[in-house]
Amino acid sequence: MPLPTPFFPRTSALCTSLLWKEWAGYFAVRSFDIHAEREYYAFRHGCGLIDVTPLFKYDVRGQDACAFLSYLSVRDIARLKPQQVAYLCWTDQHGKIIDDGTVSYLDTHHYRVTTTDPEMHWFLRHARGFDVTVEDVTDRVAALSIQGPTSRDVLRQVCGPDIDKLKFFRMARTKFGGIEGLVSRTGYTGDLGYEVWVDPKDALALWDLLVAQGRPFGLVPAGLDAMDVTRIEAGFILSGVDYYCALRSLVEPRKATPYELALDWTVQLDREPFIGQAALRREKAAGPSRVFVCLEIDWDELAALFARHGLPPEVHFGGWRDPRPVYDPGGQFIGQATSGAWSPLLKKNLALATVRAEHGELGHKVLFEVTVEYERKTVSATVVKKPAFDPERKRA
Amino acid sequence: MAGRYDAIIVGGGHNGLVCAAYLAKAGRKVLVLERRHVLGGAAVTEELYPGFKFSVASYVVSLFRPHIIRELDLARHGLSMIPLECSFTPHLDGPGLVRWPELAKTRREISRLSQKDAEIYPEFSLAMTRMAYFIKNIIDRPAPDPTSLAPSEMARTLEFAKSFARLDPDLFHLHSQLLTMSAVDFLSLWFESEVLMAPMSCSGIIGTFLGVRSPGTAYVLLHHYMGEIDGAFRSWGFHKGGTGGLSLACARAAQSFGVEIRTESSVAQVLVKDGAARGVVLENGDELLSRAVFSNLDPNRTFLKLVNSSDLDPEFLHQIRRYKLRGSSGKVNLALDRFPEFTCRPGVGPHVQGDLAICPNLDYLERAYDDAKYGDFSRRPYLNIVFPSLVDPTVAPPGKHVMSIFVQYAPYHIKEGAAAWPSRRDAFGDAVIDTVAEYAPTLKESILYKQVLTPWDLEQTFGLTEGNIFQGELSLEQLMFLRPAAGYARYRTPIKDLWLCGSGAHPGGGIMGSPGELAAKTALSAGAV
Repeated sequence: MPLPTPFFPRTSALCTSLLWKEWAGYFAVRSFDIHAEREYYAFRHGCGLIDVTPLFKYDVRGQDACAFLSYLSVRDIARLKPQQVAYLCWTDQHGKIIDDGTVSYLDTHHYRVTTTDPEMHWFLRHARGFDVTVEDVTDRVAALSIQGPTSRDVLRQVCGPDIDKLKFFRMARTKFGGIEGLVSRTGYTGDLGYEVWVDPKDALALWDLLVAQGRPFGLVPAGLDAMDVTRIEAGFILSGVDYYCALRSLVEPRKATPYELALDWTVQLDREPFIGQAALRREKAAGPSRVFVCLEIDWDELAALFARHGLPPEVHFGGWRDPRPVYDPGGQFIGQATSGAWSPLLKKNLALATVRAEHGELGHKVLFEVTVEYERKTVSATVVKKPAFDPERKRA
Repeated sequence: MAGRYDAIIVGGGHNGLVCAAYLAKAGRKVLVLERRHVLGGAAVTEELYPGFKFSVASYVVSLFRPHIIRELDLARHGLSMIPLECSFTPHLDGPGLVRWPELAKTRREISRLSQKDAEIYPEFSLAMTRMAYFIKNIIDRPAPDPTSLAPSEMARTLEFAKSFARLDPDLFHLHSQLLTMSAVDFLSLWFESEVLMAPMSCSGIIGTFLGVRSPGTAYVLLHHYMGEIDGAFRSWGFHKGGTGGLSLACARAAQSFGVEIRTESSVAQVLVKDGAARGVVLENGDELLSRAVFSNLDPNRTFLKLVNSSDLDPEFLHQIRRYKLRGSSGKVNLALDRFPEFTCRPGVGPHVQGDLAICPNLDYLERAYDDAKYGDFSRRPYLNIVFPSLVDPTVAPPGKHVMSIFVQYAPYHIKEGAAAWPSRRDAFGDAVIDTVAEYAPTLKESILYKQVLTPWDLEQTFGLTEGNIFQGELSLEQLMFLRPAAGYARYRTPIKDLWLCGSGAHPGGGIMGSPGELAAKTALSAGAV
């Protein structure tokens, strides 16, 4: 049975829908109501509060902590400034992604890494020769994510005016009322937002404080279903959905390089050797054979297909994850859409897809498979700018 | 000639029945002769104590081939599997170790021993699954003969070699490691916790007279992962009502194709005329004629008991005499008044609904082997326990339980001599029950009935020479084109029209059905029957 997180007493009392899922061995709320729309709109118009404790968290300490993490990841950790957070990925020696996550520069010779999958074994496998210790602090740190345009206003009430100084992808030690913890200007919604990290013993007090102070600012406890729609709008990849860990892929085509997933901006090649460096150099020189894109599915064509059956176009709220084939205009298979959602905010039917590189240019037209009244059809889709949702306040 | 059969199958084990079904499906007139009153051979269910149905010998179905289920339509004939979901290793200290189907749950369990091991476990499973996917090709077709220059045979050998060439280099290396290493050395390439490696290594020694640190034992670890590939068919588990149910499903399928089955019909001899099998002679003197004879018995029994040695080439006989049977395991079956609580994790939760292994660490297993090496049964043996009654209410009265305990090591050749086993049987049974009682102290007071099967008993009851449960060790030198003898790995024997269709032929033991299926298909395509 999955474990409860430290916030379980609060989330379980609120989760009247009884919609839960397993997330990395913990119980996680899918949505508190039967319909997740209220929670989605909170993320985009007020703020949503979501328990992200199940994220794997590791503390890396020691003289060589920086060198070690630089060796493991595609990004040069030496370039991080104190209190800076970096989004990155790490690959195997063939340049195929193992996981993506963040590294935070907490203190001298002390970093915190968050990951999607358990990665202790990967760290330990490569720790030899480095003066480092790696400690799994997943169950010693309770984490909440507070995301949305009013998230800063809520935290200003709770942490004081210093929160205004916290820049995008930075973190700080702070006090939430009387509770000590960390706050980072990060998130998974592509919006203004924060993640807060405290000792599990303070978890319930923190929850109560945020909920009480947040109410005037439209704070709503939210679940994973609503966040999934926001991450698709934000164009963020999800391990196990949009790509597979190289160590857990049965066949080669399931594996992906950072270039194929549009993470080239995280790769810093010219520096000390790191795992996958040579393979990534080759990949960069040759160019990836596949690219990760955002598709906008043509509404009129979809509506016409439904109209033929006398039906209004059906789009359900929420993200989908069952992969769907993508074809070129001639009907040739060119890749797969791995997740997607109707964006209630943008009024666009979006999909994230991996397609052959020659089809990846903005404005390129492809065909996307849809099922209309039990019958498989295709509709046009256009490669559009990713992220589809990219507000000014995201970096503010 | 009136009453003449196309094929007579000697022995109604599951392989004999599968073989009969395939032959009859192809339109042949087939007779199955079984010595006992029940069908199934070692895959048999018997009501030893009123209301309690025991899978007396074979207790889990592991590798039964999904295509046999499809081709013989076994589900329609009563095949009904109940999945075995988890593996529990009780310990004297601490909560024990359970490996669950849920990854995150297993990770937490193993994390108590080693976080590194817990996280690498899925990666290991993936590598083994990929490997098993490759091995599947080997067990699902007859073994190639690498010495033959016949074009068809060379093509087959080449195809086999090409399948290696198609392997990723990392898998090729993995395969070489599996072929040469001991189970423990192989697992140590991935894991550090001996407490975790102990139950994992055990699948490498079952039915062999080898220890977990003996080279060659790594290969059999793969068998565990074969079941995962065939996952949709759920062929890893209990058969509802006991293992015999699977044999009966095969028997009903065979009968639906017109096979005649006779029980309590013991074959004394295979009739050989001019170097060819022409039928059998029963113990009662009846002669039954057929175009071909298929032996479901082990190679030793087939060639040294059913056939006159004068009909066989001395060099072949010598090979058969050297074929290693040396049974190493026994079985204790108990009828229980109530469920025995395991101290380290009490209750009748899902953790006891899979299989339980008594093997707290590697030294325990090696010590168990030490006893056997010097001609004694293990004082503290490796035990593999199942309680089918927890998931199948048809095998015991309500609230009562059937407990099946597989025991290793119990060498056939004890130092007093195999014939002395009856006088050692009670001591052997006590050692097993004492061992379990250390983990489940209330066991002894709940026993209603006890059956202790030593390897000598397995030989007497099931006709398994030296009590070997696989009709010959599944050690590397007795697999593939060497099973059971070089040059005779393709179900044919030196006697024309006498075929092997039991576990002593490729691909070997376990409730797989492959030897029976492949023997039938080979004989049919050769036009021999």
